[in-house]
Amino acid sequence: MKNLVILGAGTSGTMMSNHLVSKLPKKDWKITVIDQYKTHYYQPGFLFLPFDIYTTKQVKKKGKKFIPKHVNYIQEKIELIVPENNQVKLESGTTLNYDILIIATGTKIAPDEIEGMNGPEWHKSVFDFYTYEGAKALRNKLRDWKGGKLVVHITEMPIKCPVAPLEFAFLADSYFKNKGMRDKVDITYVTPLGGAFTKPKATEALHYLLEEKNIKEVTDFNIERVDYENNKIIDYADTEVEYDLLVTVPTNMGDALIERSGMGDDLNFVPTHKATLQTKDYENIFAIGDATNLPASKAGSVAHFEAEILTENILRFIEGEPLKEEFDGHANCFIETGNGKALLIDFNYTHEPVEGTFPFPGVGPLKLLKESRTNHMGKMAFRWIYWNMLIKGIHIPFVSATMSEKGKEFEKTT
Amino acid sequence: MKKFIANTEIDVNDEGYLTDFSQWNKDIGNELAKEQEIEMTDKHWEVIDYIHDKYKNEEPLSIRGIKKSGVINIKEFYALFPAGPLKKATLIAGIPKPKSCI
Repeated sequence: MKNLVILGAGTSGTMMSNHLVSKLPKKDWKITVIDQYKTHYYQPGFLFLPFDIYTTKQVKKKGKKFIPKHVNYIQEKIELIVPENNQVKLESGTTLNYDILIIATGTKIAPDEIEGMNGPEWHKSVFDFYTYEGAKALRNKLRDWKGGKLVVHITEMPIKCPVAPLEFAFLADSYFKNKGMRDKVDITYVTPLGGAFTKPKATEALHYLLEEKNIKEVTDFNIERVDYENNKIIDYADTEVEYDLLVTVPTNMGDALIERSGMGDDLNFVPTHKATLQTKDYENIFAIGDATNLPASKAGSVAHFEAEILTENILRFIEGEPLKEEFDGHANCFIETGNGKALLIDFNYTHEPVEGTFPFPGVGPLKLLKESRTNHMGKMAFRWIYWNMLIKGIHIPFVSATMSEKGKEFEKTT
Repeated sequence: MKKFIANTEIDVNDEGYLTDFSQWNKDIGNELAKEQEIEMTDKHWEVIDYIHDKYKNEEPLSIRGIKKSGVINIKEFYALFPAGPLKKATLIAGIPKPKSCI
């Protein structure tokens, strides 16, 4: 009997267990999934929780429901990976041997990385919305906030779901308008990059959104510290931005397990081949989703496309065949723009998001890089797709793992 | 678009960044720096070498990475490439500026 061990039961780990349970012969392979947490969160919902669009119940379920019956599911903290011995050690002292290991331990926020961020004002006037606790605390704050300077801020790249902070700013504009207090709120978007939009096509097509919603932009801002006593953030060039309410996306880092095991880069992400998903250092260890250092977006859709290709590569690896160098960095994301509308973007390692139709060329019904109500309905429907199809490893019709160039307006892209 | 610099024709985008890194050489870097009113020193080139390494390994560039690089601290980085050091250093290095997905 051989052992395939999956570390993490989030979006990627759950998907992989569902894919592999039907593909690996049960008499030869035992599949084990390890995750210490009992709750599976619908992370895209964390964007909606602060604005009372989703309830807490809509974004969490018991993780066990989604792990197939024939999979050995261990709910315990993982202490160490010992790749030289093909072993995983658990907190209780148990050691598991593996023939193949899949790392799906994701990424976490690390507010301790910036002085003053995780201080006395954390979840009082300084919030994140990338955790369930942060999003819920922010919801409670917003419910009776009287207005002032709202600063939406990105600490540094890479972050999970790079468009989420922008969506947060758009939804905040709608939220305060609906409450009849938009005139009492000043919204500023602060980014370490050159702009809220950084790709030429997207900048051209979407910059109007910031003007239309009266969202100010502070660019090239590399935060040094949060001065929580005087309510301002300060960057290395001594630029200061004042806030009454700071909504920040802290540094994103891979799990501490990766650091303990000596397997990560500066940010604890696992060096991984970008087309095959095999780790660079160990041929029987694969990595998927946010845990990798791939130059792709850290997003559920990316993990979904990776899972289809990784499943095939695991089977090839077992058969001793060459791995398929097929993953192209494909991502497909809805972007809420507020007021019941959304955008859709579809892109990969080499192609920036462009205008067009999706998934049927020339037909749609979804429009790329353009605001529409249909796109918003797509985003809302996605929660159902996530719980009922995506993490169960059911193929989403008409959407392929690699990006399609059909129905898109590419003329100027490089 | 085409640009003529250091006796060479290069391809650049609207913001003046090279679109094909293989066209880059040190002379071009020097001239691009002059256009940014930066006079290159050995320390500048050390930073550019570090940035090229990161680029070749497809690792994202960040201020934090600079801090951990051992090449330079952040205050020095701002002093060498004033106002938007990552933007300027990548332009001189002939690689794209740090980007997000849109």
